[in-house]
Amino acid sequence: MIDVINLRKTYGQLDVLKGITTTIRQGEKIAIIGPSGSGKSTFLRCLNRMEDPSSGSIIFNGQDITDRKVDINVHRRQMGMVFQHFNLFNNKTVLDNIMLAPVYLGLRELRRLKWQNRLIRLRNLLRSEKLPLHPITTSKAQIKAEARETAMRLLKRIGLEDKADVYPSTLSGGQKQRIAIVRALAMNPMVMLFDEPTSALDPEMVGEVLDLIRQLADEGMTMVIVTHEMGFAREVATRVLFMNEGSILEDDTPERIFTNPKHPRTQEFLSKVL
Amino acid sequence: MGNFDKKLERFWEIFIEHDGYVRVLTGLYNTIYIAVAGLAIGILIGTIIAIIRVSPKYNRLSKILDSLCVFYVGLFRGTPIVVQLLVAYYVMLPMLGINMPALSVCVIVFGLNSAAYVSEIMRSGILSVDPGQMEAGRALGLNYRVTMLKVVVPQAVKNIVPTLGNEFITLIKETSVVSFVGAADLYVAFNYIGSNSYEFMVPYLVMAIIYIVLVAIAALIIRQLERSLRKSDRRH
Repeated sequence: MIDVINLRKTYGQLDVLKGITTTIRQGEKIAIIGPSGSGKSTFLRCLNRMEDPSSGSIIFNGQDITDRKVDINVHRRQMGMVFQHFNLFNNKTVLDNIMLAPVYLGLRELRRLKWQNRLIRLRNLLRSEKLPLHPITTSKAQIKAEARETAMRLLKRIGLEDKADVYPSTLSGGQKQRIAIVRALAMNPMVMLFDEPTSALDPEMVGEVLDLIRQLADEGMTMVIVTHEMGFAREVATRVLFMNEGSILEDDTPERIFTNPKHPRTQEFLSKVL
Repeated sequence: MGNFDKKLERFWEIFIEHDGYVRVLTGLYNTIYIAVAGLAIGILIGTIIAIIRVSPKYNRLSKILDSLCVFYVGLFRGTPIVVQLLVAYYVMLPMLGINMPALSVCVIVFGLNSAAYVSEIMRSGILSVDPGQMEAGRALGLNYRVTMLKVVVPQAVKNIVPTLGNEFITLIKETSVVSFVGAADLYVAFNYIGSNSYEFMVPYLVMAIIYIVLVAIAALIIRQLERSLRKSDRRH
């Protein structure tokens, strides 16, 4: 689903990613582990171009999304992203956080179709053979109602439906992160990118967030997770990438990486964190 | 101070009988007019400058525009407003051959001057919003403009309004230099009363009190505005 070919990222003199090549297939759950500064997060953020790679390509849905001419926004809607610091919109209620993007994009598409129909009607005035109009099967109210329904269903799923009209500042870290996850899910993404989703949480809240991610994994969601939770990586991931100094040193099943790491750097890292 | 009663009497005489109050009211009106219209122009131009300055610079044009804005802000923050007034009125206008009433010149110069300050206020207000907010919007596939308008700007406004209030208060006080180009503000009015009564103590004292009251009213309005903004923050 995502082909990464020789991806490089430099900040001035600093080589953060030194040519990464890998493939993310449908249904895979990939955990990226490694010491801090190894380029894990940068790699993840390049996948939806939150960072612009310096060179290399990322083929997503058959298109090279590192190409400047590509409308990256279209692709980002297919890639949900969850951040370390949740990044819920502080000026919006929980429900509005989840509904904002689906409603805005839905309404914009509706507006676009209506304008095109107007133009077609205008052109049809002069034609004997009438051009067909775009069928419009939805309405403003319906788009909003559907987005609200989806949002409430997702909130119910995480047991936070009573928080729908609350502002993020009143929520705990665990609640915020679970809402951030369903906000991304509301876009029906093909893949979810998690950037250290539990690193900013109090220890007692890590469990609820990992449980939700585990559920998504069980449902078959394709996901890439940068994490320091080795137990979780071992249990949930179908593949583990060990990164060090901007390269993937090891790419294997969790079983083999955690019990029998080949590379001495991996052994050293794991002996410290396990 | 011994003959304060007498001084007060002289002041009243000019103030009431010689139409001093008409001049004071005109001066008061001009002071408020310059400050309010100046701030309005300042917000208009300042917003445009702030937008140019915070937008990502991808192409040549945006970089040139950005440098122009930096130059503009540097120019107007780097010179005293009196100098700007004098240059505008006695240098620029004659050079361009334009005839314009002093009051209009003052409004324009105060507007251009406060645009420089307002743009910086807005820029820092926008920059003080957590960059994660923009990232979250972009990650959902919203474009820069939409994320800015729906997420970042509403949060920045809460930082901007109080500082903008300070700018307004500064503007009210700075209008006291417009007499340099012959515009009739409070100073001109009270100076007239003073020179006609050969007595400056009371007129200048009253002038000070009027400024204090003006600023106090402005501060009150700003505080109400802030409070209503903060209320939207506390809704649970």
